Amino acid sequence: MDKQLTITPSKYSRSWPWLMAWRDSRKSKGKLLLFILSISLGIAALVGITSFRENLLDEINDQAKTLLGADISVKGSKPLPDSLATAFNSILGDSSRESYFASMALFPRTDGTRLVQVRGLEGNYPYYGEIEAEPAASAQRFKEGKYALVDEKLMIQYNVEIGDSVKIGLTQFEVIGKLRKIPGQTSIGATAAPVVYIPYQYLEATGLIKKGSRVNYLSYYQIKNQTDTAGVWKGLVKTAQQKGYDVDDIEEKKEETGRSFKDLTNFLRLVAFIALLLGAIGVGSSIYVYTKEKGKIIATLRCLGMKSGQAISIYLIQVGVFGLIGATIGALGGVLMHVYLPAILEDFIPVSLNPTISWASVMSGLVIGVVISILFALFSLVALRKISPMQAIRGDFDKISKRPDVIQMGIALVITGFILLLVYVQIQGWKDAFIFTGILLASVIVLGFIGKGLSWSVRQLMSDKLPYVWRQGLSNLYRPYNQTSLLITTLGLGTAFIATLFFMQNLLVDRVTIAGADERPNTILFDIQTPQIEEVKELTLNYDLPVMQEVPIVTMRLMEINGITKDKASNDSTLKIPNYAYNREYRVTYRDSLINSEEVSEGKWYGKYENPADTIFISVAEGYAQNLNLKIGDELLFNVQGALLTTYVASFRDIDWNRVQTNFLVVFPTGVLEKAPQFHVLITRINNNELSARYQQAVVRSYPNISIIDLELILKTLEEILGKIAFVIRFMALFSIGTGIVMLISSIILSRFQRMRENVLLRTLGASSKQLWKIIFAEYFFLGAMGAFTGILLAITFTVLLGTFVFEFAFIPNPLQIGVIFFSVTALTVSIGLFNSRSVVSQSPLEVLRRE
Amino acid sequence: MASILSIENLYKTFQNGSKEVKVLDNINFSVEEGDSLSIVGASGSGKTTLLGLCAGLDKPSYGNVKLRNTLLNKLSEDELAQLRNQLVGFIFQNFQLIPTLTALENVMVPLELRGEKNIKKVSAELLGRVGLADRLDHYPTQLSGGEQQRVAIARAFSNRPKILFADEPTGNLDEETSASIEKLLFEINKEQGTTLILVTHDSELAAKTNHILRLKGGKVID
Repeated sequence: MDKQLTITPSKYSRSWPWLMAWRDSRKSKGKLLLFILSISLGIAALVGITSFRENLLDEINDQAKTLLGADISVKGSKPLPDSLATAFNSILGDSSRESYFASMALFPRTDGTRLVQVRGLEGNYPYYGEIEAEPAASAQRFKEGKYALVDEKLMIQYNVEIGDSVKIGLTQFEVIGKLRKIPGQTSIGATAAPVVYIPYQYLEATGLIKKGSRVNYLSYYQIKNQTDTAGVWKGLVKTAQQKGYDVDDIEEKKEETGRSFKDLTNFLRLVAFIALLLGAIGVGSSIYVYTKEKGKIIATLRCLGMKSGQAISIYLIQVGVFGLIGATIGALGGVLMHVYLPAILEDFIPVSLNPTISWASVMSGLVIGVVISILFALFSLVALRKISPMQAIRGDFDKISKRPDVIQMGIALVITGFILLLVYVQIQGWKDAFIFTGILLASVIVLGFIGKGLSWSVRQLMSDKLPYVWRQGLSNLYRPYNQTSLLITTLGLGTAFIATLFFMQNLLVDRVTIAGADERPNTILFDIQTPQIEEVKELTLNYDLPVMQEVPIVTMRLMEINGITKDKASNDSTLKIPNYAYNREYRVTYRDSLINSEEVSEGKWYGKYENPADTIFISVAEGYAQNLNLKIGDELLFNVQGALLTTYVASFRDIDWNRVQTNFLVVFPTGVLEKAPQFHVLITRINNNELSARYQQAVVRSYPNISIIDLELILKTLEEILGKIAFVIRFMALFSIGTGIVMLISSIILSRFQRMRENVLLRTLGASSKQLWKIIFAEYFFLGAMGAFTGILLAITFTVLLGTFVFEFAFIPNPLQIGVIFFSVTALTVSIGLFNSRSVVSQSPLEVLRRE
Repeated sequence: MASILSIENLYKTFQNGSKEVKVLDNINFSVEEGDSLSIVGASGSGKTTLLGLCAGLDKPSYGNVKLRNTLLNKLSEDELAQLRNQLVGFIFQNFQLIPTLTALENVMVPLELRGEKNIKKVSAELLGRVGLADRLDHYPTQLSGGEQQRVAIARAFSNRPKILFADEPTGNLDEETSASIEKLLFEINKEQGTTLILVTHDSELAAKTNHILRLKGGKVID
């Protein structure tokens, strides 16, 4: 009787795939290097940024009390009424008072003048942290007499020494200390608006505090006894807010500070994410090539009894381990970057940063690195299960199924979901995450179709009249097993990301350059009182300076929109009126015509109000109207320093905010506000530093209440800030571009696998080196050019979208930049293609085949 | 003697565009344990396809393949892999050694897949048996064609298969090397009492087996 076969389950050791993975990798380390590089650059960027962000948030948390300097601050544009001050004092403990406003400071010894932030202080503030000054005792002593603390950089700039005097308005103070740092201020903030501290009791004596002056009043409190006064406290805060005061506590300050860094860190995280994504595509490409080369080995092992799952696990182990190595190298790089980033950004940060390793970021970097490696590799690896053992005896045996692989589709879905999740984690918004992932997916699909279209077009357009080498090179784009579609997708996507970063970077730099145009105004005089305006104009003309613009400004508050008060708007979220509409102070002008930086986009412009029985028609900036959901004809009730004015929206204006002009959210017609308390602004241009100094001194000496903004100085500071930001962007972009190049190399190597044997055969049949070079050149030139072209088209689309919806600027592609990117990507593709094929040309065919 | 391999009404067709190409057409035969059979025929006659079907490397379009009375058609890919590991040995025309493994590791693989322990010694002995005791740590690229086929023979016999499939085992070798490989193959086959199924063009080699199956256009002609 025939023996019945029983198949006993294998007792194979679970460690065998690990053993095989190790054995197999011994000769594949070089090939896996690209894989490691792809993952490490992306993870380095991610870990660096995340660590920096966490470190920053931790420090803000730890140093929150010193950011505010007190437990509670109450801020308003008027002094706190006695009733409220008493109520706050009864609940809270010790209190201090501070007022600050912008004014010109004059240093009589050196005749230097400069716009400063004058701060008058009384009491023991700060309760947490300190006012850092030299000598240290001066931080307290200045409150005892007619003394001042002056910002250290300002003192150096104007050659001021301790013992000199500084004149603020009508009063002269003795400088007794150099001010180094005040609670919550950044170095950049100090450069833009240097602080001069004077005692609170001398504020009146400066003569600068008058009706209509823009002064901020602050009261600081330190909670002494923690008593349960929650109900009373809530009521008090509400009353203060209703009267137009902002009540801040440490928690709010912490949130506010964290929020101000959210955009910057989110942007950097997104750049890091792009590097990571490019790395992931690099991983996908390199593993695709790798598994293609392993087909025969797997077929043989399948003949010897290996299960399909075991084949996948061998390479999955390799991917996991090499992914971990790549992620570890990346995490180390990220930690190094994290040490470096605070040094670049320290001027923008209100807290001191001591870079500490964020183990959470390192761990998440490692996990993300391994997960990305496995997910993107799995797409190619699952195809290994379909390798038939028949391939071992018939090399050409390849069951190509036309039906899509369900598992591969499932993995593509998981990858999409993972990208969505990662983007969400980076930018913390589902809507934006869906948009970003959607655009990415659409780009991949579009690029795939373009690749297919390219193959088809080349086939249709191929002419017998073309020289043989070109025909051979170009026909590689549509022949069986061509990778045209895949290569166009990866090359295109890589180019698109790199070009988008390049365009964005240049746009930021351009913004600074535009501000430096010759004809723009560079000096602004503000706080000019109505009786002074004619004299100031005359003085300006006497110095041969042009009066480029002169505008009156009236401050007011918005009370109602179509009868809806602040309370009603904040209680009814369906109204969609933001709180700031009611909270902000409106600086409004009046005139009878439009100026050259604006045009009416909707409605009708009314320049004059002639009859008291007429309706007051106003004009609102278009963007602001959109934020407030305003329509033409809406009724706005303003409180003009006590007087209520009912107005109607007659027009929306499209304003070019980038011009150095005084632009306004709200413009009244003439004939309404002329009698209201107001101040004036005058704009001029001074071409010479010495003249500028003389003119400023003359203005300040005659009119101490007038402040002068020297835009040249502001622009210098701005250039410094933008220079640092541009450096960070460039630094981060470098990671993305680096990963992009690694990805390009991986993509191009994709095609080597297929072309190597063909080229060796051509060599064997007698093709000369020159002919082979030309064939290889033709194929890669076409691939590179098409990849670059489609990638640039995508990048232009991305930049236009980003410009319109995120950064609010118009992007006009620069042909030179496009040419540089197109040439670079094409040249890189051709160079890598030629470099990869050099062995076919320089070595004997047998040698190449044996090694491959 | 019991039959180890039996083929009944075997058909294999491939789709070439809209056309159906019949590669094997109603093949029937059986082989007894310990016996030897050569499959011969011109190129394109279906020899290799038949070998693949017999070894469970591919599935027939119609008909049955029974190995030790087990119908292969009904087994899953993983069950077929286990069956090959337990019963079958392979020798290929182009050797098919794993290029990233040394000679010794190549021989060890089938035993490792079975989960056997202490296999280094057995594998090294087998390599010694094929005359490569001093080449254990060499990679395939460091070996000549003849040496590579010797490693392949050692690997094929390492799991003591009941049936050995050899596809043109000397097809890529010169005359002298071919003779020594053939000698080695038949010697070890005899020692282990393995059933041998051989695909070859070489009529001299075919004559060394007990039976010959001649194929032409996918049909048995003799």
